[in-house]
Amino acid sequence: MNNKIPNNRAWLLVLPMLVLVAFSAIIPLMTVVNYSVQDVLGPNATFFTGTEWFKSTLNDPALQAAFLRQISFSLIILAIQIPLGIGIALIMPKRGWQASAVLILITLPLLIPWNVVGSIWQIFTRGDIGLMGWGLRELGVNYNLTRNAGDAWVTIILMDVWHWTPLVAMLCYSGLRSIPEAYYQAARIDRASKWAVFRYIQLPKLTNVLVIAVLLRFMHSFMIYAEPFVLTGGGPGSSTTFLSQSLTTMAIGQQDLGPSAAFSLIYFLVILLVSWVFYTTIMNMQKDKPPHGGA
Amino acid sequence: MSYQLENTQRGEKYNTIFSKVSPAQRRNRTARAHWRSRLLLGFYLVLMILPIYWLINMSLQTNSEILGSMTLWPQNLTFDNYIGIFTNSSWYMGYVNSMLYVAMNMLITICVALPAAYAFSRYSFIGDKHLFFWLLTNLMAPPAVFLLPYFQLYYSVGLFDTHIAVALAHCLFNIPLAIWILEGFMSSVPKEIDETAYIDGYSFPRFFVKIFIPMIRSGIGVTLFFLFMFSWVELLLARTLTATDAQPIGMIMTRTSTASGIDWGTLAAAGVLTIIPGILVVYFVRNHIAKGFALGRT
Repeated sequence: MNNKIPNNRAWLLVLPMLVLVAFSAIIPLMTVVNYSVQDVLGPNATFFTGTEWFKSTLNDPALQAAFLRQISFSLIILAIQIPLGIGIALIMPKRGWQASAVLILITLPLLIPWNVVGSIWQIFTRGDIGLMGWGLRELGVNYNLTRNAGDAWVTIILMDVWHWTPLVAMLCYSGLRSIPEAYYQAARIDRASKWAVFRYIQLPKLTNVLVIAVLLRFMHSFMIYAEPFVLTGGGPGSSTTFLSQSLTTMAIGQQDLGPSAAFSLIYFLVILLVSWVFYTTIMNMQKDKPPHGGA
Repeated sequence: MSYQLENTQRGEKYNTIFSKVSPAQRRNRTARAHWRSRLLLGFYLVLMILPIYWLINMSLQTNSEILGSMTLWPQNLTFDNYIGIFTNSSWYMGYVNSMLYVAMNMLITICVALPAAYAFSRYSFIGDKHLFFWLLTNLMAPPAVFLLPYFQLYYSVGLFDTHIAVALAHCLFNIPLAIWILEGFMSSVPKEIDETAYIDGYSFPRFFVKIFIPMIRSGIGVTLFFLFMFSWVELLLARTLTATDAQPIGMIMTRTSTASGIDWGTLAAAGVLTIIPGILVVYFVRNHIAKGFALGRT
């Protein structure tokens, strides 16, 4: 398996990339770390505060609420998008012009700038000019996302499902395409049911892409900013204010350097930790399984 | 192939003997399942297109028609909203700015990511695994975390409000992504090709440009598609690092809401125009995109 040539001169090939990423990742991150342990009162008046900002951030009830909202949001959209994405991938045509057409249509929402996604749904759901808002009102549903927190949540989840399910579907579709036709033929000979084909042939082959899908969807949903910001502005009240928006308000709006830096680090570490735990758990589970042979 | 065919036929025969369902009935059943799945897919696609259709619908109406009555399609077709955007430099420059920094970002990223991905796929070197993992952690960094430091960093080096600032900032997540995808594509190219080329007297740069890059053309195409996608849709960093000269279209769109209300028609037209580059890009890579989404690892 591992037949890479040991060669430390390969560092030379990596170096240009390293310089660029260091410039855009390490320097800014160090700035954040620096701010997180200091109280900046003026250009020449900074005080070392130690872990004080971290403590105050962790104990801030508004941020705790935003954190809980964020977790629930990520879990809900994962629970909807992953099964839905698999389902769509299963019924997508495999070849011919239809396959190309469906591919292009399905990827469409992924290529729309995030704030435009917010605008599209803002227009679509307005009671006076939007098809969905108007339609619901005509049907007698009391729908108002600027006043009712429940409606705002449903709309944001609907928007995110609309926006990102294509990514899951595309990942699964590419996983399904890598299954050799012979597997299906063998299943037909055994007269395997559709469910058995899915459970024992398709799903195992999808494991790898599903890991990527869950990771990407978790990460992106945890960083969501532009779409809810445009659609609801975090309201009504603060019922749809997610972590990125709280952080932006703190850092840019209120210029609270210390607390927002501490908040940033905690935020980043949570994403890293969850992704790492998820990834290592899956990998360990796969290692425990007896090898089935084949690819 | 013939063996498989024979097997299938044998299976048919087996089925006809032991199953109560005749082959004709079964074929009927699969045909019905086929149409059911087509219907479901069509239903999903219609639901998916609906919000976009509504945007297009509104972009072709005047504001008085939009606000006046509910119309499912434009009664008085008008292109004034589009004409307004194309004749106002403060509007169309937003598209030029966005395209410029996206193109710069794609160029910078692919130039540094190609050799790095090659190093990761072919050589083992001190700290390679740690470096790769660290790269991937950058994909997990919320852009909001970097807002303030970026603003200060680019301001202090005099790059604030330039296209290159946004292009460099987007490298944060695009370089790791590009290396991740390219590494997958490169690893599927057999190593023997490299070795043969070196024996034939090719130097590394010549081999890389003349032989290796043409071999992973489709992988590079797909990578560029992803780079475009993530740079084009990002707004938070692009907005923070620009003021007037390099402002992205997404920021200019907020101008439609003024004290006298929102200019819905122009907003919708501007939104439609942001979708078009995406359609063009995805059209070019449509045949390779399925492999690309699996990061070249299928």
